[in-house]
Amino acid sequence: MKAATLNKFLSVFLLPLLNILTAFIFTTILFLVIGIDPWEAAKILVQGAFGYEEGIGYTLYYTTNFIFTGLAVAIAFHAGLFNIGGEGQAYIAGLGVSLVALGLGSFLPPWLLLPLAILAAAAFGAAWAAIPAYLQAYRGSHIVITTIMFNFLAASLMVYLLVNLFSEPGQGMPASRAFPETASLWTWQEFMAAFGIEFAASPLNISLILALVCCVAVWVFLWKTRWGYELRTVGANPEAAIYAGINPKRIVMLAMLLSGALAGFVAVNELLGVQHRLVLGFNTGYGFAGIAVALMGRNHPIGVMLAALLFGALYQGGAELAFEIPSVTRDVVVVIQGLIILFSGALEFMYRAPLQRWLLRFAREA
Amino acid sequence: MTACALELIGISKRFGLVKANQDISLCVPSGTIHGIIGENGAGKSTLMSIIYGFYQADSGEIRIQGQTVKIHDSKQAIALGIGMVHQHFMLVDEFTALENIMLGAEGGALLHEGEQRVRQRLAELSRLYGLEVPLDIPVNQLAVGVQQRIEILKTLYREARILILDEPTGVLTPQEADDLFKILRTLKADGVTILLITHKLREIMAITDQVSVMRQGQMVAHRETAATSMPELAELMVGRKIRQSVDRHEQTAGQVLLNVRDLTVRDKQGIPRVNQVSLQVAAGEIVGIAGVSGNGQSELLQALAGILPFNEGEINFAGQKLTPQQPVNAARMRELGLAHVPEDRHRMGLVLPFAAYQSSILGYQRVGKYNHGLTLNDPAIRTEYTDRAEQFDIRPRDPFLGSNNFSGGNQQKIVLAREIGADPQLLLVGQPTRGVDIGAIEFIHQHIMDMRNEGKGILLVSVELDEIMTLSDRILVMCGGVITGEVSREQANEQILGLLMANALDPNNQQGHSA
Repeated sequence: MKAATLNKFLSVFLLPLLNILTAFIFTTILFLVIGIDPWEAAKILVQGAFGYEEGIGYTLYYTTNFIFTGLAVAIAFHAGLFNIGGEGQAYIAGLGVSLVALGLGSFLPPWLLLPLAILAAAAFGAAWAAIPAYLQAYRGSHIVITTIMFNFLAASLMVYLLVNLFSEPGQGMPASRAFPETASLWTWQEFMAAFGIEFAASPLNISLILALVCCVAVWVFLWKTRWGYELRTVGANPEAAIYAGINPKRIVMLAMLLSGALAGFVAVNELLGVQHRLVLGFNTGYGFAGIAVALMGRNHPIGVMLAALLFGALYQGGAELAFEIPSVTRDVVVVIQGLIILFSGALEFMYRAPLQRWLLRFAREA
Repeated sequence: MTACALELIGISKRFGLVKANQDISLCVPSGTIHGIIGENGAGKSTLMSIIYGFYQADSGEIRIQGQTVKIHDSKQAIALGIGMVHQHFMLVDEFTALENIMLGAEGGALLHEGEQRVRQRLAELSRLYGLEVPLDIPVNQLAVGVQQRIEILKTLYREARILILDEPTGVLTPQEADDLFKILRTLKADGVTILLITHKLREIMAITDQVSVMRQGQMVAHRETAATSMPELAELMVGRKIRQSVDRHEQTAGQVLLNVRDLTVRDKQGIPRVNQVSLQVAAGEIVGIAGVSGNGQSELLQALAGILPFNEGEINFAGQKLTPQQPVNAARMRELGLAHVPEDRHRMGLVLPFAAYQSSILGYQRVGKYNHGLTLNDPAIRTEYTDRAEQFDIRPRDPFLGSNNFSGGNQQKIVLAREIGADPQLLLVGQPTRGVDIGAIEFIHQHIMDMRNEGKGILLVSVELDEIMTLSDRILVMCGGVITGEVSREQANEQILGLLMANALDPNNQQGHSA
């Protein structure tokens, strides 16, 4: 019993912390090698991410995207599926958002238009995930392969549509015309102003609230409902699921539909919240980073939230760093992210065995 | 006393906080058969793994023929003349016996040379010990008993003088087991020392010279086999007296609950695993299905539970006629009043990462009393689990403890409590006491018997003949997917069941037996 508590403490707190610490140690070494003062760099990074309102705004805006894609990976993972297709699902969801915003924007009031656009994001994301899900469940094609391929399909399809369908004549830009005013989510600035609080302008918008609601909803769904119970059963032990009369094929469909819908919400944050038009590659990188976020967050909504915040801070602080110190290029920031993914993803359990031994000895002596 | 072929002095091994072996000392005299018995988790396997070099002892000494040795890996163990026949055979299925025996001892880059040598040596060994095996047929086409002989030949080819057999009869018919014992006696006569690990007291009594009893990581007793008895050994194993019988009410079977006609289940290759099986189970009776593991009992059980689709025949249950055209799933069978304790609780019966109370609703997660509205009613589930844990003496009681943290016996009780607690009309039970401590066996048997006494129908599948004979009112025997005979409780004995299990009994003759 005591060992079980220790183990939980170990995997929930100690291991992620140590993994991030290790990544930072290697980052320090890297900085020293390329002649950057690591202390100075760390200060700029933290200052850039959390030091002032606009920075915080940017950090949380990135965090919002990472929460969506992180949750998408996590929920599929609980059903034993590895959804690598968040990238494509988010992209196609952008199509849904744009069709609603551009097609119905001039007729509908915002209170009807915005929920419809959000639903369209979920529906299009889910639909794009449904095809690989069907192929996995009923045809046995491996979901990892198909979702990866569907990312490429989504990218090509969207380029084609943007160039041939959405782009404004004579503009020569792979972007749609601007959404009508009604199809715009409150920015955080506007939202806080409603409470009489001033907040600096930033891309942060009320999608963040949607993201937090999704965290709670995913938690309730997975651990408090019979569907979540069945989903986790399929993920943990498919044979026990069949024994229990659960149809694993339907669970695969369910999990992937939810996963795709969650990934699709990236389009809500990006298009309804920030860009206000369909643009090329608004999804870039978020889907893949979601895998790292879910891994680091142990596929739990709270963990996903914290990991998303870390990645958001790295994105924003890293951009600041690249701006302030000329010898730090954008690539160096990517290397830092890569180190974090390496140590908390791929080498997740590096410290586990020795730490476990040490903790047990400690517990025995105590 | 003769010299010890194998001597252990003060062997201790711990895993984390668990003391798997504590200060174990043992002397196995040269050229004897020595039994080691103990319940699951008593530390037998750990001890054998230490002797065979899979684990290193934390402290203590191993002596082989009087020499102190350190065994770091199995290669070294083999070099010291130790051979091990594992419970699950370590054979490459697609290879022939010859290729399997050569594996790891090919003797050069080209196989041809070695092959001649192996053939010659095997011919000698076969002659010497009566271990005839076909050398050029892939082993997956050979009977289990023959595969086991190949395992033994493998060790002998590597010059083993100390042979360790881990639960060797688990997969054998009684007749095959007798053949094995004959071989072991021949080996013993030639001076080979044999260590037999088993939980079957009958085998200990039948073949060993001495027996050592393990309990909770310790060696609790050494006995000369001739000077001990089964009840004494059982008591030593468990640490208390064992009640051998279960309360069986005399009653006649009621109406037929389950009527199966000409049921055929084919595997992916189209080979019939269950072939034209017909059977009935009535209220208030236990129908036992005996057979060597792998003869279609598992598939039969799963088809009846709605897990495995069947290809021909029909199942009549609870007023429903099920055919291959109208398949059902396990959820529907539960609704009709069928409960199922699966053969393998780890693979099917439990979700190991789930807390115990969560595993306690597996298959019943949609039942109204476990839900309120959209969410699961966790407090109600936990309350019910706590009651059942009390009733079935599941230890520890903690509902939040992970299902994988319970011992085998307690895991089985979680499954049993769930399936019996659902109050079914018919209970399918597969291997109810596999990997379960002796102490828990009588408890589980009594619960199954209680259900029968209450007028429920029970279909019991087990490879343990003792269990089948203790519980069943009627016994069906399966071999090769076919029911080879039916024996009533009164007529059943190990010999007749054994012959049916090997399908070696002429049906006309069987009539003669019954009469």
